[in-house]
Amino acid sequence: MNSASLSRWLLSGEWRAHFVQVVVALIAIAIGVAMAFSIHLINTAAFNEFSAASKSLSGQSDLQVYGRKAFLDESLYPLLVNTEGVALANPVLELDVVVPGKLQNRNDHKLKIIGIDMFRAAQISPDLLGLTEEGKTLDRLASDAIFLSPAAMEWLQVARGDSLSLNVGLQTITLRVAGGLVRARAGQRIAVMDIGVVQWRFQQLGLLSRVELKLRDGVNHAAFKVKLAEKLGESYRVTEAIDQEKRIANMSRAYRVNLNMLALVALFTGTFLVFSTQVLSVIRRRQQFALLRVLGFTRKQLLRQIITEGAILGVIGSLLGLGLGYVIAATAIQLLGGDLGTNFFPGVKPSIYFDPLAAVTFFSVGLIVTLLGSIAPALEAARAKPALALRSGSEDVAMAKFSSPWFAVICISVALLFTQLPPIFGLPVFGYLAIALLLIGGIALMPRFAAWAFSRLLTQLQRYRLNAVFTLVLARLANAPNQAAIALGGILASFSLMVAMAIMVTSFRVSIDDWLGHVLPADLYVRAAATGDQGGFQPDTQKAIAGLPGWDRVDFFRTQQVSLDASRPEITLFARPVDRIDARNTLPLTDDRIAPGALPEDVMPAWVSEAMVDLYGYRVGEKVTLPVGATSNEFLVAGVWRDYGRQFGAVQMQLADYQRLTGDLSVNTVALWLQTGMTADAAIANLRQLPFGAALEISRSSDMRALSLEIFDRSFAVTYILEMVAVVIGLLGVAASFSAQTFARAKEFGMLRHIGVMRRQIFALLAAEGGLLTLLGIVLGFVLGWGISLILVFIVNPQSFHWTMQLHLPWGWLAMIAGVMLVSAALTALLAGRQAVSGNVIRAVREDW
Amino acid sequence: MVEGKNTDRCYCLCFVRMIMLILSLVAAETIAESSRLLPVVPDHKLTFPHDYGAHQDFRIEWWYITGWLETADKKPLGFQVTFFRYATEQNHDNPSRFAAKYLIIAHLALSDPAASKLMHTEKSAREGFDLAYARPGNTNVKLDDWTLVREESGRYQVDMRTGDFGLQLSLTPTQMVMLQDRNGFSRKGPKPEQASYYYSEPHLSVTGTVFRKNKPVTVSGRAWLDHEWSTAYLDPDADGWDWVGANLDDGSSLMAFQIRKKNGGKVWAYAALRDASGDIKFFNPEEVEFTPTRTWQSPHTEAIYPVAMHIRTGEIEWQLTPLLDDQELDSRQSTGSVYWEGAVTLSRDNQPAGRGYLELTGYVKPLAL
Repeated sequence: MNSASLSRWLLSGEWRAHFVQVVVALIAIAIGVAMAFSIHLINTAAFNEFSAASKSLSGQSDLQVYGRKAFLDESLYPLLVNTEGVALANPVLELDVVVPGKLQNRNDHKLKIIGIDMFRAAQISPDLLGLTEEGKTLDRLASDAIFLSPAAMEWLQVARGDSLSLNVGLQTITLRVAGGLVRARAGQRIAVMDIGVVQWRFQQLGLLSRVELKLRDGVNHAAFKVKLAEKLGESYRVTEAIDQEKRIANMSRAYRVNLNMLALVALFTGTFLVFSTQVLSVIRRRQQFALLRVLGFTRKQLLRQIITEGAILGVIGSLLGLGLGYVIAATAIQLLGGDLGTNFFPGVKPSIYFDPLAAVTFFSVGLIVTLLGSIAPALEAARAKPALALRSGSEDVAMAKFSSPWFAVICISVALLFTQLPPIFGLPVFGYLAIALLLIGGIALMPRFAAWAFSRLLTQLQRYRLNAVFTLVLARLANAPNQAAIALGGILASFSLMVAMAIMVTSFRVSIDDWLGHVLPADLYVRAAATGDQGGFQPDTQKAIAGLPGWDRVDFFRTQQVSLDASRPEITLFARPVDRIDARNTLPLTDDRIAPGALPEDVMPAWVSEAMVDLYGYRVGEKVTLPVGATSNEFLVAGVWRDYGRQFGAVQMQLADYQRLTGDLSVNTVALWLQTGMTADAAIANLRQLPFGAALEISRSSDMRALSLEIFDRSFAVTYILEMVAVVIGLLGVAASFSAQTFARAKEFGMLRHIGVMRRQIFALLAAEGGLLTLLGIVLGFVLGWGISLILVFIVNPQSFHWTMQLHLPWGWLAMIAGVMLVSAALTALLAGRQAVSGNVIRAVREDW
Repeated sequence: MVEGKNTDRCYCLCFVRMIMLILSLVAAETIAESSRLLPVVPDHKLTFPHDYGAHQDFRIEWWYITGWLETADKKPLGFQVTFFRYATEQNHDNPSRFAAKYLIIAHLALSDPAASKLMHTEKSAREGFDLAYARPGNTNVKLDDWTLVREESGRYQVDMRTGDFGLQLSLTPTQMVMLQDRNGFSRKGPKPEQASYYYSEPHLSVTGTVFRKNKPVTVSGRAWLDHEWSTAYLDPDADGWDWVGANLDDGSSLMAFQIRKKNGGKVWAYAALRDASGDIKFFNPEEVEFTPTRTWQSPHTEAIYPVAMHIRTGEIEWQLTPLLDDQELDSRQSTGSVYWEGAVTLSRDNQPAGRGYLELTGYVKPLAL
């Protein structure tokens, strides 16, 4: 027999004998690879589509000029047209307009309307030109015509020729759907109108959102950009397509990276499972391998044999994983959309693109992980002295080599060190590394801990008269800790991750709930369909609302988007009455603030969100310049507040300061506190009676709170799914290691049967072993998970989303999951063991030469 | 070999006479309701310099210049320059500075037999921000950096340049203005309202520079200017038209057109021949006859154009021979319209008589967008 066919024969023999374990190992690899690959595919598809859709709006311009605020004065347009080096200037006015028919859906009731000059846009963004009816080219300029993308038509349930009502401030206007935008991207919900018509009908006379520039051939873009920025000064910013991309990438990066990290966590759990399956499978066969060596197999041959086995498993498992990942990604996108229901990429319908490079990467990760799992025990098996390895009971000795406490201690120490390091490029890379190291360290420490814990238990309990089976269980767990530890690893990894996620999500949810209570103190919030830069309420309508009976207090808010940095998304500026004595009465301030009363009289205070501190380096007590009013003005940072609504930053200021600086008396929102005895329904009825009542968006704070939490829960739905997958992988690990162990321990069970232990008692023994191990795994998993949750709450979240939260532990939920884990692990252990016990007792004993 | 030089997608409206046909077909139905725009009426006296300028009360107006140029090394070149003003009849109450009340459209074409290709480009914009306008009072039209201005002296300055070609010309009148038809009231169809105000300035003496591949070439030559404005123009039954304007070697000027009927025959025709001394002879529809003598099939559109034409005006027989066969303007990618507009030489009784421009429209498909 030549060595190749011997190798084949050995492999097929092994796999036929342990088919279930092979399948479990394959599933573990496949799930790990599939999770990571599918999340990657979904994220990439969503991001690419979102950025393509954004790009299709700004077309093929070389540069874009924006104002610091959402809108700029149109006088800039002729100035840019006449600038030397400019081949074409394309003015754009973009508005998000309220669709009255969609008002019940608070989060999704706006239509993006792009006002263009078709003659200019034709050469920069031709996709935005509406398709008119035959012979009605001039509809593109008509004062009642609107062109809708297919997705917008579907959303609004209109076709060409229908009329469409839209809210402008407190009025409703009716437009005619004059045609479609055939080249809009799938799912892109946009409308196009003539720019002059938009300015007029939506009351934005004199304003533009941006001017896009095409430069003449031969003009140096970079030099031109610098020169133009200099010429235009502080109030404008000049961006390139690359800045746009950066901005879009910035908007969703933290979200994408975190999801990818979660996927890697799934892969990591899978990795551990594969590793432990391989280790166990090799160790179980130590005697077999020793025999082969005695019969003339060289070390090299043996090594090759084991590695080939691992490689075949890795290849098949990873390939399965790629296929599964693709299917999962395609299904998820179909069912949940590209942002998995989080609304992170609104108005986008991505399609999955099979990226060969990513496929190769994830395939390699799966394969390498499996190989690593094989190589370590293979080396050990190859090096072992055949004479010693042939002896029974040498397995635990072999495994002890994998659990040096030093390794674990180093891992944990480095993890602690990493928690102290700052983010890299705004991403909590060290935070995630710390989590991984903590997990590895914790698992590596497991055998020592298990031995210690169970022998303590054994000595403690020896005083009492213990049941024989229970003594056997404890003795086994205390004295052969390494096998136990490997079984524990899977439980430990999955349970600790689940605990960590649960604590993080709960902390977040409770913090948001508290925060919502703080930021929504009034009973009712009234909004007018905001269009563009104008607050929907002018002084007369403000007075009309305030003049209604039944109010205890009325507050007016003015909100605006302001840009401070071209490559970052806009920040939100709030102007509202803030309590002059103690700002904490109005804002959810952190402890980082100027003490009440210590604020100088002659400065304008601004309260900034935590994101402003991280992203723009604002510090309490410092003066900052904000583009409020005709020129930028100086403000004193008076405090930092928590903001879970806007991760890109927000600033609050006194409404009086804002109105004095800008002369803009309009507001966006009216907050109303009801007098006692006044019901919300009666108040809403009163508001609806106003002449402009029908156009008001009225929300109760309780509804807004419920809605916000609903959105929160939906955003985290995907993390629950990932947690479930981690649990399933963990249980698979238990099944794999127990079935491997019980096979290996067939001799032991045979011996036990011989000396009179009944089958029932052996089952009890298995269940008890499984239960005790799981219990220990749960206790340790909880400690480890708690540690990881600290990293998530205090490092990963502040570093990626720039908000802090308070720690809250969901005890009930954790207890429930622990119970489920315990029972299912014990059952798994029992089921896995059944088969081993059912064998022939005589044969089992005979095997022990 | 024609090459659509301008690959920019320009979704402007149509231009040159094409646009007229299309728009007038629409306009013919709406004219009754339109009170803002004035109709073209007979017995209206054109006054200059006022009528050199724009007439905002009319739907459409254009200044159209064609001519033959010669480079220093005696190579002939044909050029065509058109500026349109078009009233959209939209946005009258719109106070926005972007309100698209009037559009300015311009077209530039250069026929170069040496390169045996036609270079052409077009631009459109709404009037506003002083970036594009057609001013009343005297000819003064601007579209971004393209301008056509008539100086006090009567001399026109044209400046139109794009990425790789363009021209910068001075055009000086050598003869007086030629009022077409009845003192500038030019009928276009059987109905009296189907008419335009129309005058020409033939025999403009041209000097200036032509840019090809950004290289300047000094040129001189002769050109023909048409200025026409109207509100309703064409009969709905019209299929297209053939038009020619020519500066004859003896100093006389010939303009002739026929508007073809959809099923053959003609809706209307007209010709005028003015001699160097200023004596003008008009020909009524029956006296004007266009007969194709040679056709050319466009390899781009498969349309068949009568590029060589025999024209009879009363007793006089003219033979038109194109400078190039392929002077087709294919803007299907943008406006969807295709037509032939080219430099031609004229002979009378087999003797060279002069040079001009021939325009052939409606040969690809019935003109309805």
